[in-house]
Amino acid sequence: MKRFSSIAALTALLLTAAACGDDSTQSSDTASPTTAGTDTTAVADTTAATSADTVAAAETTDPMGEAPMAIISLSPTHTEMLFAIGAADQIIAVDDQSNFPAEALDKPHELSGFEPNVEAIAALEPDLVVIADDSVDLTGQLGSLGIPVWVGPAPTTFDDVYAQIEQLGAATGHVGDAAELVGQMQGDIEAAIAVAPVMAEPASFYHELDPTLYSVTSNTFIGQVYSLFGLTNIADGVEEGNDYPQLNAEFIVTANPDLIFLADSKCCGETPETVAARDGWSEIDAVRNGTVIAVDDDIASRWGPRLVDFIETVSAALAKVPAQA
Amino acid sequence: MSADQRVVRRWWLPAAFVLLAASVAFGAMIGPAGGISSTNWEIIWNIRLPRVALAGIVGAMLSLAGASYQGVFRNPLVDPYLLGAAAGAGLGATLVFIYGRLSTSGWLVDPLPLAAFVGALLAVIVTYTVGASFGGSSLSLVLAGVAVAALATAVQQYLLLRNSDVIKEVYSWISGRVSTATWGDVKLVLPYVVVCSVVLLVHRRHLDVLRVGDEEAATLGSEVRRVRLVVVIAATLGTAAVVSVSGLIGFVGIMVPHLVRLVAGSSYRMVLPLSIVVGASFLILADIPGRILERGSETPIGVVTALVGAPMFIFVLRTRRVPA
Repeated sequence: MKRFSSIAALTALLLTAAACGDDSTQSSDTASPTTAGTDTTAVADTTAATSADTVAAAETTDPMGEAPMAIISLSPTHTEMLFAIGAADQIIAVDDQSNFPAEALDKPHELSGFEPNVEAIAALEPDLVVIADDSVDLTGQLGSLGIPVWVGPAPTTFDDVYAQIEQLGAATGHVGDAAELVGQMQGDIEAAIAVAPVMAEPASFYHELDPTLYSVTSNTFIGQVYSLFGLTNIADGVEEGNDYPQLNAEFIVTANPDLIFLADSKCCGETPETVAARDGWSEIDAVRNGTVIAVDDDIASRWGPRLVDFIETVSAALAKVPAQA
Repeated sequence: MSADQRVVRRWWLPAAFVLLAASVAFGAMIGPAGGISSTNWEIIWNIRLPRVALAGIVGAMLSLAGASYQGVFRNPLVDPYLLGAAAGAGLGATLVFIYGRLSTSGWLVDPLPLAAFVGALLAVIVTYTVGASFGGSSLSLVLAGVAVAALATAVQQYLLLRNSDVIKEVYSWISGRVSTATWGDVKLVLPYVVVCSVVLLVHRRHLDVLRVGDEEAATLGSEVRRVRLVVVIAATLGTAAVVSVSGLIGFVGIMVPHLVRLVAGSSYRMVLPLSIVVGASFLILADIPGRILERGSETPIGVVTALVGAPMFIFVLRTRRVPA
């Protein structure tokens, strides 16, 4: 007992010392990016609040004009964002799932974002760690070493996506590049929507996450992509409160979607042919009309700059749906 | 027991402490950030040592609880999760994950360990009440535990199916880990573990009397019901406390007491204290491959305990052949 209470006292002492000693640089760094990350969902709805918040984050993160020069990204989505806003040279390592752009693979990429090894991360002496979810309390553990952590959880709206890009821009000293990227994405997305055919009746679709028929509802950001085009999601309302419901084959065949999007083409080798070969599926309109579309799993699950590619894929697919649908 | 054997057995406890000291030393020295030096002392103190400390505490508590349960139920196959503690803790943790870790991040007290603790305790209380209502024998308690565990697991599975977005987090927690340990976790569980350990150690002679059977123990003057209740409460409370921070680490609570029995005999006067020391050493050592096996990621400790522990266990059973 005695020994442990003295260890506890020693811990407290060391922590206080660490906090006081580096007050000017580290603790202010720690505070702002973390706050910015958790704010994402809260401020996403109002654009004005978002930009004000971003500016505030930029000021507090970067009082001396020093951007982090040793960033570790443990999230493939945010690796794509960081490269797209010109922060590539500041990245010292990415996680083992970060495979885009190709230059990301030139960085050390052995770290795991799923089962993160805190000690291995800390040993690289990063000055900013970017993650998508904090289920294992990286913020707390790395925070005890004075290493700031930025959390960018899966968004629910496009404004969330833009806010995350702007926050990363502010945190890395690329405010202008981030604003430019956001503007370009918004323009490209508008253009993709503009060229999509106007439908007399909204087409229905089924988005397949894996061969066991897990899907997404319109409440997810993947679902939002389809909502842009006014499509009807057959997974909506199937399971109240569950945005990633597992559908059953009978239900899908009965729902008879006009479009099927396969986000399990890379992981599991699903193709329009394998779908057509499934028992009973040949009756579905999407199969008959050849509107079963294989999409790149990564593009259809990340909310980075390639969100535009996903939206353009959907836009192009709509052109193939027969007019009477 | 001859005088010679007594002398030999007395050596096991110091030997176990040497093993523990060596485990702590290895645990502190080995990791992806390298050996101990002044440059990485921050990392070792804040990241690696809390892990070593927590692994030791969890290993000690699970082994002690396992040995105590095995004594009180006179069943060598019993583990610390027997009375529904694991299923209850899992259900509690699942509820917190579904409520959302992001929305609880600002809370004064982290609800995750709290919910796991309450879940484990509730499950065991229900088990005990139900078991007592049909006789209160050790068999009826075990059967009640199986039923309660099945019920809690079913509820948990249903909730997970309806909330599939948290499946990854929940399973990561259930499979057990000490990799996220902080000194805060260590301080959180230590009081429970110390109190429960003392209570269990005080009752180690009673467990020896219970080995002859409830009726015989009663005629020998041991208050069977009171002893069983106290031991079950202490073992459960300790298990619930460590489970709430480490998740469910399996195999340790069965394996360590058996290893101890094989080398030091089956008297609980030796088995309980040795289980504490050997259990702590085993889990500290088992955590080392978890952090260095793959560069940059963690191998769950439950995988290591079973992967290393099971063959070792079989080997010892085959070579020693000491009757339990």
